[in-house]
Amino acid sequence: MESLVRHTSETATRRLMRWADRGVSPYLYVAPFFVLFVGFGLFPILFNGYVSLTDRDLLRPGAETFTGLANYRELVGDEYFWNSVKNTFLLMLMCSVPQLALALILAHLITAVVRLRTVVRMGVLLPNVTSIVAVTLIFGQIFSRDFGVINWAIGLVGVDPVNWQAGDWTSRASITAMVVWRWTGYNALIYLGAMQAIPKEQYEASSIDGAGSWRQLWHITLPALRPTIAFTALISLIGQMQLFTEPLLFDAAPGSVSGGSARQFQTMTLFMYEESFRLGHLGYGAAVAWVLVVMTFALAGIGYLLTRRGSWLGGTT
Amino acid sequence: MTDTAHDALHELAPLRGPRRRRAQPSGPAGTSRGILTRYPLLLVVLVLSSFPIYWTFTIASQTNAAVGQTPPPFLPGGNFLANARRVFDTVDFSKAMINSFIVAGAITASTLVFCSLAGFAFAKLRFRGRDALLLLVLSTMMCPVQLGVIPLYAEMQVLGWAQNLLAVIVPTAVSAFGVVFMRQYTIQVVPDELLEAGRMDGCTSWGLYWYVVLPALQPAMAVLGLLTFMQAWNDFMWPLIVLSPQNPTVQVALSTLAAGKYMDYTLVLGGTALGTLPILIVFAFFGRRIIGGIMEGAVKG
Repeated sequence: MESLVRHTSETATRRLMRWADRGVSPYLYVAPFFVLFVGFGLFPILFNGYVSLTDRDLLRPGAETFTGLANYRELVGDEYFWNSVKNTFLLMLMCSVPQLALALILAHLITAVVRLRTVVRMGVLLPNVTSIVAVTLIFGQIFSRDFGVINWAIGLVGVDPVNWQAGDWTSRASITAMVVWRWTGYNALIYLGAMQAIPKEQYEASSIDGAGSWRQLWHITLPALRPTIAFTALISLIGQMQLFTEPLLFDAAPGSVSGGSARQFQTMTLFMYEESFRLGHLGYGAAVAWVLVVMTFALAGIGYLLTRRGSWLGGTT
Repeated sequence: MTDTAHDALHELAPLRGPRRRRAQPSGPAGTSRGILTRYPLLLVVLVLSSFPIYWTFTIASQTNAAVGQTPPPFLPGGNFLANARRVFDTVDFSKAMINSFIVAGAITASTLVFCSLAGFAFAKLRFRGRDALLLLVLSTMMCPVQLGVIPLYAEMQVLGWAQNLLAVIVPTAVSAFGVVFMRQYTIQVVPDELLEAGRMDGCTSWGLYWYVVLPALQPAMAVLGLLTFMQAWNDFMWPLIVLSPQNPTVQVALSTLAAGKYMDYTLVLGGTALGTLPILIVFAFFGRRIIGGIMEGAVKG
């Protein structure tokens, strides 16, 4: 009798354990991700929407007043804001298009490399492991007016030194060079990975028909990579929309956050940083951030609709 | 060509699941003309991609007087240690290095633990709401979290973490990419039958994770760990906002160096060289795995 009682309670415990194991533990395994993501990723982004409707100062936390759409009304008439929008879109296109085109050509060059394969691939990825801060500081020296290598090199062919940081287009071109340098190899490796899924027979057949290597790139590789190209284009456009470190540290005046003396390369993210963390206008900065969030989601949505089956993997940016 | 195929497969081996079939690696036919143009072009590419790094170490080992000459010095000089000493005198660079190791190490460890756990649950466990939750993870991959910095800063003030390393570690302690990557790899390398057998032997789901899944995930975790570490080491905007110049990470300390009264290039690039060195060492040892991970990312999904 006694053993029977113990037996039933034992199965009850076991059933409870089993329920805890099968029914509850999966939630515990995924919980840390969601707690951290909701608490420190999603909540701040959404709360931005509310902060942008208030007037609050960095130095007086807690003292805020609800002002409705006042920040947005001010934004519409703010010429510095529109200047940053213009620069953001210009740099977005200037950085993304050459980067992806060069990456495709580079992948095409690498794919048939047999000797020194690892050396070539590591060399190509080297710029990407360098931090953006380091890249900007290095290129700042390379493009410097007085001691830069570029000015020395163009001086050899008789061109006068260029004050890269000062001009509208020369400064944007320098920033483009930094971004393209850092990301071309990374994208080339993504293309290289995708190229390995293209059946070899397609290349062999076209070789027999007499097609050269560059024609194969255009007629076989490019169409086959279309989903991958769309995916990398999306990732790169979204990444460039948030360009911050390059325009911050390329400034000729150390410590300046205006993106050049005439704001010629101030991006939206840098404008948001200036307003909120230099001038202390947190509410106004949040309005800028919210515009950027909406723009990012719009871009991602368009990209998703255009590609549908674009791979969601591979982006660690 | 068989050799090429074999090489490519070998290169990707760390990430290849045993149950996975893959198309033969392929490439445009290597005509002799193609080879003649290909290698010189590649040489130009390699020079361009490594020159700025070489240049950093060249400038970092010169004196300011030498850097100002025309033509500039193209070979490294003997002044690196003197410049490095100036870096440590100008900013608290040893503290910055230690901070960066703590931050990057902690983020890497927590990403590996939490992402592999969640990836395992999404790949192999059945629970209500699983597909909806997975969709949520996927949709967050595009979320521009760096745009939430203003409320996040307020959050840190409330928590009392402002200017504390916790403020940098906790918000990036997991990544949606990591969860998706771990889930994908678990599906590829861990057969359901193996887990069923484990269940028969009385293994709990934690036991399955610990004894079956975790060992099988090692190669993918190495890749995720390396990518996470480098990203955390290089992160700049949020640490700049939430940390003070007195308690910086390496990247924040570099920006402080560059914000001096005038641009002291041997000092700034000396610091840049020191701050980049750890990443270059990691890359030299594990570059192959990182490359495999990036290439693999594209063909999945």
